[in-house]
Amino acid sequence: MNNTCLEFKNLTLGYQGHAAVHHLSGDVKRGSLTAIVGANGSGKSTLLKGIAGILKPISGGCVPGFRRLAYLAQQSELDRTFPARVIDLVSLGHWQKRGLLGRLTAADNASLSKCLNAVGLTGFEKRPIDSLSGGQMQRALFARTMLQDADLILLDEPFNAVDARTIADLIVVIKGWVAEGRTVLCVLHDHALVRDHFPETLLIARKPVAWGATSDVMISENLRKARSFQEAWDEQAGWCEDDARQGHHTQLPHNRKVAGHV
Amino acid sequence: MYEDLIGPFLRYGFMQRALFGSLVLSVSCAPVGVFLMLRRMSLTGDAMAHAILPGAAVGFVLFGLQIVPMTIGGLIVGLLVALGSGIVSRFTVQKEDASLAAFYLISLAVGVLLVSWKGSSVDLMHVLFGSVLALNDAALTLIVGVAIITFAALAVFWRGLVAECLDPLFLRSVSRIGTPVHLIFLTLVVLNLVGGFQALGTLLSVGLMMLPAAASRFWTNEVRAMCIIAMVIAAISSVSGLLLSYHASLPSGPAIILTAGIIYAVSALVGTRGMLPTALTSRRHKTA
Repeated sequence: MNNTCLEFKNLTLGYQGHAAVHHLSGDVKRGSLTAIVGANGSGKSTLLKGIAGILKPISGGCVPGFRRLAYLAQQSELDRTFPARVIDLVSLGHWQKRGLLGRLTAADNASLSKCLNAVGLTGFEKRPIDSLSGGQMQRALFARTMLQDADLILLDEPFNAVDARTIADLIVVIKGWVAEGRTVLCVLHDHALVRDHFPETLLIARKPVAWGATSDVMISENLRKARSFQEAWDEQAGWCEDDARQGHHTQLPHNRKVAGHV
Repeated sequence: MYEDLIGPFLRYGFMQRALFGSLVLSVSCAPVGVFLMLRRMSLTGDAMAHAILPGAAVGFVLFGLQIVPMTIGGLIVGLLVALGSGIVSRFTVQKEDASLAAFYLISLAVGVLLVSWKGSSVDLMHVLFGSVLALNDAALTLIVGVAIITFAALAVFWRGLVAECLDPLFLRSVSRIGTPVHLIFLTLVVLNLVGGFQALGTLLSVGLMMLPAAASRFWTNEVRAMCIIAMVIAAISSVSGLLLSYHASLPSGPAIILTAGIIYAVSALVGTRGMLPTALTSRRHKTA
């Protein structure tokens, strides 16, 4: 079996012609645990949306080497006032298997209970979601992600507004996924958390700044470079000419250090 | 008492037709209204109701006060407005409320111009406020057809509709069905408004859709239960409204909607999730 779970091929993503992720190349190893780090507006969430297929690339693309994908967006995207129970929210995780009309089997219900148990929410099945705390909500969303049984898992700032104990529990869940051979990409702001728990890091500031072993990436020189990028759209920004001279585009070396094209 | 409540329906054919039409309309409109409310699109129904007016007006100008051409016209224009504003909001930065406002205002202006150009103000009143007491076979067939389509579509797309309301971004990450579900839902809104427009008029059919739905929110926190409660409230409003209209010689459409309005006000006050229970229990609490 191929060892690459996901390959970026000169991927550029953006909105209305402005690049938010600029010429990203490289690949994500199967079973790896990677933190995606960068300032606000550096393109982290955009990158996940691109991988999940929610945003079409402006140019380049992602070559999927995974069987099934699970994408956990930021909590703010979800309507918490909707009259659903925890079990209704979590069972959305059956979608890829059961689709619009498929009936849920007893085995499906059993695996749902198992997932709720794994995130410490046993007994919360019938609770309305508007009564959950931020941490409980995130646990429920992790249960849903787990239920998707995906081999590539994308998490967008999963630890926002979540207390230390919940973070610790959810880190255990993430490491469990990695131990099962799943690949995890996780957008994070907390550098200490990245250094403690994530073996690999992709540091981006619209363009990739560095990508590789966390200890090599999270050094002050790289972090300074990442901080100094221009967040705002620049209407005067020149058109990127790289696609025009595609022929000269050098393929990145395969050690997945993104040094080229910065 | 018995005579007052049941008598009118036993004695008069037009009352039986009105009862049948408004009850079918009730169970069809109410769940659509619930989803409109849950998607924070409560006012969309109102905008749509305005939007179908020019379609009905074109039918009216060409064929006079006839149900079939007016309905088809309303249906076509309603779908155009629904799909047009849905497409503009999906593919540009404009939010759906703004694009819908633009489309329905254009539509409403055209509609009023058409009706006033060709018809008298009495006819305009009929188009705007309908007449449940004059439902003919064609109108009843239309209402039943709309109800069947609504139930079939809700049954098939229920899971998609709930997912699209609750967590649209998640749905987009696992399926491409989000946009079609949204457009199908808007189509259901238009169909139900068109179905109600002969009975209640373009402006009041939205009342039977939204008032029971809004009232049901005060009684439960579960979508299925909400739909059922909304249907029951709509049905009660229809029956009481018709009786009120019969005994007090009031126009039937407004009587039905006003009854629904009263049920809404009562629900907002004493519903299990309404104001009074919330206020009364605020000092009592469980320890965890």
